[in-house]
Amino acid sequence: MAAPVISVRDLRVWYGTERGPVRAVDGVSFDVRAGETLGLVGESGCGKSTLGRGILGLLPTGSAVDGSVRFRDRELVGVKQSDMRETRGAELGLIFQEPMTRLDPLMRISEHFAETLRAHEPELSSAEIDARSIDTLRRMGIPPTRFRHYPHEFSGGMRQRIMIALALVLNPAFVVADEPTTALDVLVEAQILSILADLKRNFDTSLLLITHNLGIVAEACERVAVMYAGRIVEEGDARQVFSDPSHPYTRELLRSTISLSTTALHYIPGSPPDLVDPPSGCHFHPRCPSAMQVCSRLDPVEVRAASGQRVSCWLHGPDELIPPGGTAPLQRQELASADEA
Amino acid sequence: MPTKPDDLDVHHAHLESDATPLDDRPVVLDVRDLRVHFALRGGFFDRLLGRSSGSVKAVDGVSFTLRKGEVLGLVGESGSGKTTTARALLGLAPITGGTVRFDAGPEFGGAIELTGLREPQFRAVRQAIQLVFQDPHASLNPAMDLATAVAHPLKIHHITKDRVEIDRRVRAAFERVGLAPVDQYLHKYPADLSGGQKQRAVLARAIMLNPALLVADEPVSMLDMSVRAKILQLMLDLKRDLGLTYLYVTHDLATAKFFCDTIAIMYLGRIVEIGPAAQIYADPKHPYTRSLLAAIPEPDPRRAVPRNLPRGEVPDAARPPLGCSFHPRCPAAFAPCGWEARDVNALLEQRWTAVEEGEYERERAVVGDPVELEAGATALLPDIHAGSGAAAALLDDIKSADPNEPFWRGVRSVEPEPGGVRLDFNEPVDPALRDIGSVRVACHLHDPRFAALAAPVETP
Amino acid sequence: MTAASIAEPGGESILDTPPPTNSRPRGPFGRLWQQVKQAQGFSKWLLWVGAAITAVFIVLAVFAPLIAPYGFDQYMSHGVRFAKQGSPNGTHWFGTNVRSVDVLSVVIYGSRTAIEVVVLAVVFSLFIGVPLGLISGYYGGWLDRILVLIMDALFAFPYLLLAIIIAFLLQNSVGSGVLTAAIAITVIYVPQYFRVVRGQVLSAREEPYVEAARALGARPRTIMGRYLFFNVIQSVPVIATLNAADAILTLAGLGFLGFGIQPTQAAEWGYELQRGVADMGAGLWWTSVFPGLAIVSLVTGLTLVGEGLNDVLNPVLRKRSGRRVVLPRRDAAATTLPTRQGDNRGRGEELA
Repeated sequence: MAAPVISVRDLRVWYGTERGPVRAVDGVSFDVRAGETLGLVGESGCGKSTLGRGILGLLPTGSAVDGSVRFRDRELVGVKQSDMRETRGAELGLIFQEPMTRLDPLMRISEHFAETLRAHEPELSSAEIDARSIDTLRRMGIPPTRFRHYPHEFSGGMRQRIMIALALVLNPAFVVADEPTTALDVLVEAQILSILADLKRNFDTSLLLITHNLGIVAEACERVAVMYAGRIVEEGDARQVFSDPSHPYTRELLRSTISLSTTALHYIPGSPPDLVDPPSGCHFHPRCPSAMQVCSRLDPVEVRAASGQRVSCWLHGPDELIPPGGTAPLQRQELASADEA
Repeated sequence: MPTKPDDLDVHHAHLESDATPLDDRPVVLDVRDLRVHFALRGGFFDRLLGRSSGSVKAVDGVSFTLRKGEVLGLVGESGSGKTTTARALLGLAPITGGTVRFDAGPEFGGAIELTGLREPQFRAVRQAIQLVFQDPHASLNPAMDLATAVAHPLKIHHITKDRVEIDRRVRAAFERVGLAPVDQYLHKYPADLSGGQKQRAVLARAIMLNPALLVADEPVSMLDMSVRAKILQLMLDLKRDLGLTYLYVTHDLATAKFFCDTIAIMYLGRIVEIGPAAQIYADPKHPYTRSLLAAIPEPDPRRAVPRNLPRGEVPDAARPPLGCSFHPRCPAAFAPCGWEARDVNALLEQRWTAVEEGEYERERAVVGDPVELEAGATALLPDIHAGSGAAAALLDDIKSADPNEPFWRGVRSVEPEPGGVRLDFNEPVDPALRDIGSVRVACHLHDPRFAALAAPVETP
Repeated sequence: MTAASIAEPGGESILDTPPPTNSRPRGPFGRLWQQVKQAQGFSKWLLWVGAAITAVFIVLAVFAPLIAPYGFDQYMSHGVRFAKQGSPNGTHWFGTNVRSVDVLSVVIYGSRTAIEVVVLAVVFSLFIGVPLGLISGYYGGWLDRILVLIMDALFAFPYLLLAIIIAFLLQNSVGSGVLTAAIAITVIYVPQYFRVVRGQVLSAREEPYVEAARALGARPRTIMGRYLFFNVIQSVPVIATLNAADAILTLAGLGFLGFGIQPTQAAEWGYELQRGVADMGAGLWWTSVFPGLAIVSLVTGLTLVGEGLNDVLNPVLRKRSGRRVVLPRRDAAATTLPTRQGDNRGRGEELA
């Protein structure tokens, strides 16, 4: 198996609010290997965007980070912002959700590329810059005839393709794509997804695809990490996780996703917790249909499930750590509908 | 016109139970040939000279009928005119043609024609038709607490000034949409709530006046997956308990499948396929409907990314394609679909996206940069080296590289001309909605006149 | 607060996380107060120093008859006329001026005049500028064009000249000098409120909640009053305070040029300054320095408040409250499980 490009260990990212620190990312570990696409799914507010930006060192002032992010044997946590800027773009890329706002309306597409390439590879000649930009754009399905157009002359899907091309023109080893298709129409979304799915073949780039849509993960990713309330609750091979989810949250999330094959509306009672004051023990226990006594008291320990994925759930043990009587079903008070989302 | 609505907590005495067949129920909304055209503001000189700069046909001849208790799904991509149709029903977009007959039932004073109503008259209609927006956060006034926001319709329409009565109704509405315990929510501001809770508050506000018709514009598409089902279930419950009729506007055929009795697929201002939801999902007729269905991401990793999907995006409504608006993207398009000069540009761009840099430069040297060709069934492709036949050779090259490209089905003849090549296309034919079984489809593939021309093409 | 402010840079929205359960009642003004209370660092300093200076002058203005040793035009006491241009001494701390009037009393009564004029002017301009801005921005069309034209014309006019013309025109019809000055100043500042409010309305009226209000059947008056008003007045406190500072200078300018309030009607710093300037050559500094200091202090105070408010309220300038987070040590974070640290190590090994 290929060596990991990005290796995240026990990463925590908290940021301050008037009400106290938000534990947006609270002890997260995962690897992304070369040419691999890892899907990071979770509901809004679970910390997935903060995690994606935290890896790239893009965080609001006042936030605190610890743990470790290793990129090709280089530690990224604690690196100076100026050094981080060098690495970002050249070796680490970011694709945003909203392509309209990230392109300067007064700059031609060619100028966007020239600026990016000049900043990181000053030795390139103009002809080389053009050739490389046009080539990258072409692979994203943008005709070379449009190279000197302005952003407003492109449709939403084209702009997202341009954004992806801008992120890839420097051949970064690792790219974070944060909900890259959320603002797009279904058909355009499918076009972009097929581009992302082909990244490996075309660019040998590893991708962290952040999304709230399990369907997108299923189509574009080899592996999936499910995030809930600042922690990764399950991570493993996408086929495995989707066909045999180990964590109750993954299972419930899959069941509540509405797709063409859905036969009945299903939903998870309650709403995601407040990350300023998350529930004790397993953060999911107040909503979990299989919650046990132990779940509300002790933080779950990560284990490798029989089917191969990593899962943090007491249902999967380790049994020796569960105190006596811990496996009894959790008696819960009736969920106040106030907690419904 | 409208009388004081019933209390919310008293169920509507709706005579039409869900058991009544759809066709026997009274018609709530009858839209015939609805048109919403916006005049384009031209440049300075155009306006100075009084020249018209044309119009955008946002909605161009849409017809449908909505019966009591029915849920009609208006499905399409952005730019399809689905939201404009919804807004026109509330007088928020100008109705420039057609008829819209709205009959909210006897308690609202019988049928009225919405076309031609002026703003003050529309204000009364807005008691019986309510609108739910896509973004629950933006559709609530950030400076108003929930109790005030939900009670506001009562004040706007002068239903009651009695504080006790208002409080009672607000509480009843909060309870009904699941914002309970009510006291915890009454004095919150939108910023204090989660997306799902905000959409519940919007629904509470919408049912305050006991409307007959609820127009829901993408009510769940900004919500998390795990919340969508909750809000859809709530809307179904509200429909059952309050005897509501829904117009559900969405781009998402997956939620529509669950929610709608009837589906109307819109593309560039027109309905291209309409019929009972079961039929549409079981046997989609229009290539566009098939593509939309194929594009929905399924949480099933065994399914590969769909490949044979329409290229490009919804074109500019100010200059719609000839014939069938969908033909430039359609994988199954053939001779009568309206091939035209502009499609030559698309063909060249597609070619140049695929070929190597050197070849692109060479070919561009032959025909030059694609100029904005005028709409029309004839195209003149220039040849820089006039008379060399290079342009004709290039076209042959393109054709032999991908003979299955639908474009060639529309080309009638390629003739050399002084200065280039002339392409003549088949006569464009506007597809009209035709009855195919229980659905109506606007596609030449289903027109017996063209049956001989239609090559069996694989569509997704 | 608009939808735009939700998308915080670098991190997902805090508003998207489920809200705290404690509900604190707060209206638009409550929110303003909340933000002011949360001010930190430099802007907090600006606000409080400015507020303190301004408060001193307000106290002087309100309680002038109690604080001032003499009347604003009193030149004798107990039948004894004060010294003419007497230097500061035990009886007259700031000395007396050419009219034998006590300078301290003039300065104190002057703050009353200044505050009166400024409050009136700000209230008038608010009541004219804000509604006009709302109407113009909401309806648009020819009404908007005409109003914008008028306001731009007023704006383009040299402001002091405009004030002089208005003051001159009103001198005879309006009896009170304070009212005349206030109206003259109002005319100068109305366009600013108009412009700002109109601009805000232009963007706010595209918000879905405004269309939602229309869809509910609300009349334009209701939409403007209940939906737009509270969402567009956020920048008004800043302009009002900064304008107030500016108005003090305009008032003093009018007085200095002799178009302001006459010394028989009320004490006015600008007039005193002008009279005092002549004394300077003779070394009589106190007749001009004290009124001058009063002008500078009050203007500084109001400007500080305005800039402080701007820092606090302007979403572009305002940083996330940015309380620095200190991560608790790992073993402290693991609240329950004593073996947690070991697990973390185990997790890393398993992955590697």
